[in-house]
Amino acid sequence: MPGKAFAVVVVIITLATAYCVMAHVWWMPADISVHGPRIDHQIEETVLVAGLLFVAGQVVLAAFAFLYGGARDKPKQIPGGAKPLVIFAFAIVGTEILALSSIGSKAWGAVYFEAPDPSAMHIDVQAGQFAYYFRYAGPDGKFGALHPELINEGNQNFFGLDPDRDPDAKDDIITAELAIPVNKPVLLTLHSKDVGHSFDVRELRVQQDFVPGLNIPLHFTATQTGRFEIVCTQLCGLGHYNMKAYLSVLKAADFDEWLKRQAAMQ
Amino acid sequence: MEKTFASARRAKTLFWGEIMAETSAHGAAHHAPPQGFISKYILSVDHKVIGIQYTILSLVAAFVGMALSWAMRIHLAWPDVHIPLLGMLAPNGAPGGQMTPEYYLSLMTMHGTIMAFFVLTAAPFAGFGNFMLPIQVGAADMAFPRLNRASFWVTFVGFLLACATFVIPDGPPLSGWTAYAPLSAVGAVAGPGQGWGQNLWGLSVAVFCIASLLGALNFIVTVLDLRTKGMKLSRLPLSTWGWFIDAWVSLLAFAVLLPTCLLLVLDRLGGTSFFIPGGLVFNDQLQPHSGGSPLLFQHLFWFFGHPEVYIIILPAFGIVSHILPTFIRKPLVGGWKVITFSEIGVGTLSFVVWGHHMFVSGMSPYMAMVFSVPTLFITIPSVIAVLVWVFSLYGSNIRFDTPMLFSLGFISLFISGGIGGFFLAQPSTDSYLHATTFVVGHFHFTMGLSAIFATFAGFYYWFSKMFGRMMNEKLGKWHFWLSFVGVYCVFMTMHLTGFAGAVRRYSAFVDDFMIPLIPANRFISVAALLLGATQFVFLYNAIWSFFKGPKAPDNPWGATTLEWDTTSPPPFDNFGGRQMIVHHGPMEYDGEASVMQTSAEASVAGT
Repeated sequence: MPGKAFAVVVVIITLATAYCVMAHVWWMPADISVHGPRIDHQIEETVLVAGLLFVAGQVVLAAFAFLYGGARDKPKQIPGGAKPLVIFAFAIVGTEILALSSIGSKAWGAVYFEAPDPSAMHIDVQAGQFAYYFRYAGPDGKFGALHPELINEGNQNFFGLDPDRDPDAKDDIITAELAIPVNKPVLLTLHSKDVGHSFDVRELRVQQDFVPGLNIPLHFTATQTGRFEIVCTQLCGLGHYNMKAYLSVLKAADFDEWLKRQAAMQ
Repeated sequence: MEKTFASARRAKTLFWGEIMAETSAHGAAHHAPPQGFISKYILSVDHKVIGIQYTILSLVAAFVGMALSWAMRIHLAWPDVHIPLLGMLAPNGAPGGQMTPEYYLSLMTMHGTIMAFFVLTAAPFAGFGNFMLPIQVGAADMAFPRLNRASFWVTFVGFLLACATFVIPDGPPLSGWTAYAPLSAVGAVAGPGQGWGQNLWGLSVAVFCIASLLGALNFIVTVLDLRTKGMKLSRLPLSTWGWFIDAWVSLLAFAVLLPTCLLLVLDRLGGTSFFIPGGLVFNDQLQPHSGGSPLLFQHLFWFFGHPEVYIIILPAFGIVSHILPTFIRKPLVGGWKVITFSEIGVGTLSFVVWGHHMFVSGMSPYMAMVFSVPTLFITIPSVIAVLVWVFSLYGSNIRFDTPMLFSLGFISLFISGGIGGFFLAQPSTDSYLHATTFVVGHFHFTMGLSAIFATFAGFYYWFSKMFGRMMNEKLGKWHFWLSFVGVYCVFMTMHLTGFAGAVRRYSAFVDDFMIPLIPANRFISVAALLLGATQFVFLYNAIWSFFKGPKAPDNPWGATTLEWDTTSPPPFDNFGGRQMIVHHGPMEYDGEASVMQTSAEASVAGT
């Protein structure tokens, strides 16, 4: 009796889980990046492969608990013993693993092994407890050098720039919101001023940590306009839950307009 | 040559003041049972008492850890609720009982630390292992009983240090159980709890490492040197195999965490910069550090941290593999070899996969591929183990006593947890799911609740041997059913919300996309509270049975291994002066018939 109850409970749990995943009760938001479809495809592929193993594993477990609860005859081993099991694990699971990792490495490579487009727009991103700041190079196309000792949040010198002595820094545009033009490659340089943080935009299928001491390049192309949340996913301290910024993907003309307005506000 | 070696060893053991390793092999214990209360129950060198001490310590730690998770779940579901008890414990962290965001993170940090180290690492390995391993190999005690006593009391000091973080004014650290630098390394400027809280945390974990290293050495030497006559490695009970393999993994992994903690403490107190780069600015103040690497900390931590997952689960593999044959009344498919070699495979591969925690960390993206492939390949020995357990049920006569139910629950949870591994082992899919509740659900299934279920299986199975009384079956079954359903409600739902991108480690939900997930979050909280409440059924059962349970026979489950070949509880020297001679493997079951390992009768299962 407990065997049959166990079987029923396991099957209900398995079906409920399978339903929630298949029906996308909670699911990824629609993708807005050029590389995203590959990642989505890989997730779907993994749902299929891992999902089949999940259902098969739980159902066989349930079936055996159901069938062999009351028997009192002489126990017997499965025909063939352990050999078919080991062969199954190496052959079937091994093949699945090789397939997943070869296809998956292409999805990963599309994001990380490719150099950014030479025309990519370069934006500097700094994370600190508990805000992001974004820096555009301005008309000269050059970023001013960073001097951490000059960082002064009261004076709004978030990056530690020295515009008086550094001509490159003079026209740098600093914003609290990340705006990018649609369909144009973007190259971000991520750096942190204090502890580890992360740059996570679910719709872009991009998640990358900031590591203090490192400048981490990250490039992508957004394909749809809109306003999306950038959230911190690396534990950074008491304000972690509240560390966020917005990503605005704008039409080219709107973006130019926006950047001009920001420049005027510096 | 052999003689010199033996006398050298004797000299060494005498130097340590240890009981000589040969004693048990010759059948006569050289140490008399202690008489006083303190030497008998507190500062005992008896492995059985030490095993019980570890078990009680981890029980206490488990309820502390659970209380922390209750407070967190209440805060997440009903942020405005006041918990007066919490306000009394932490006037700063929870003024008037209302939790601050930083105190949420402190509770989370200590929940992870206490559960991972003092419960999951301690209970199934040090608790049951200490009690059962020497008996299962036919020895009178561990190889180094005094080191054994030291390892328990050092663990106890580690636990006190961890608990001490709650009573200092600043409260516990908020950097998570992984304590990523530089958040954990720069000191109080990084936030509340990052002063003395983090120092105590580093010391507590370092002390725990020392205890684990001592314990691991003791387990390894005991299995290698103290097996009784006829106890070939091929005849070792599978639980002992689990502890033996686990001890090797522990020895190699804790040997890395210990210096990591010391370097972290040095960065904090000694002015070094192992993990802190130059140019860091807190509150507009440039920090006086330069040249360190935060990624180095992550590599060192996860070099320990991933094997740690297997340190937690390998004893569970062993315990379940030990319990299953008793309740299905036949040997496991493939005998001792297939399951043991898959455990060795898992233990070995566990040292080359740590980078899968760091796919989005800023580590070279090429390295991601290097770590992804072995991570996927570790699935193969794990799948073999699962297939052995599941297909051993085929054609069996399952007895559904509580230890068996928890073993079945373990298998189901381990399958579910393993499935999530496919998503997190690949950098492309992990880059979306990293740091979501999917990960939280995944590791709670695999290393958290799987190990806990195996520990419960072991507890219901061995309680009679440890305390001489049977536990109540009815309460045990209620405990199982409510826990099994509760665990799925909590952690499978976390997997699902993870697909929507729900970020972990948030003390409140302010992001637009997190707000629609609040109902699911409430559901998780309610389920978690009920799941926690269920554990009091277990506690009540354990305490009631300890005093009032029916007297246990020597071998209530009809099992075959040496612990069932002595009284319940066993005498001080384990076998009352009998010399145990082993004739069979541990899985001599054939339906109702079974043959004890020590029996000279003919084999019934041909193992």
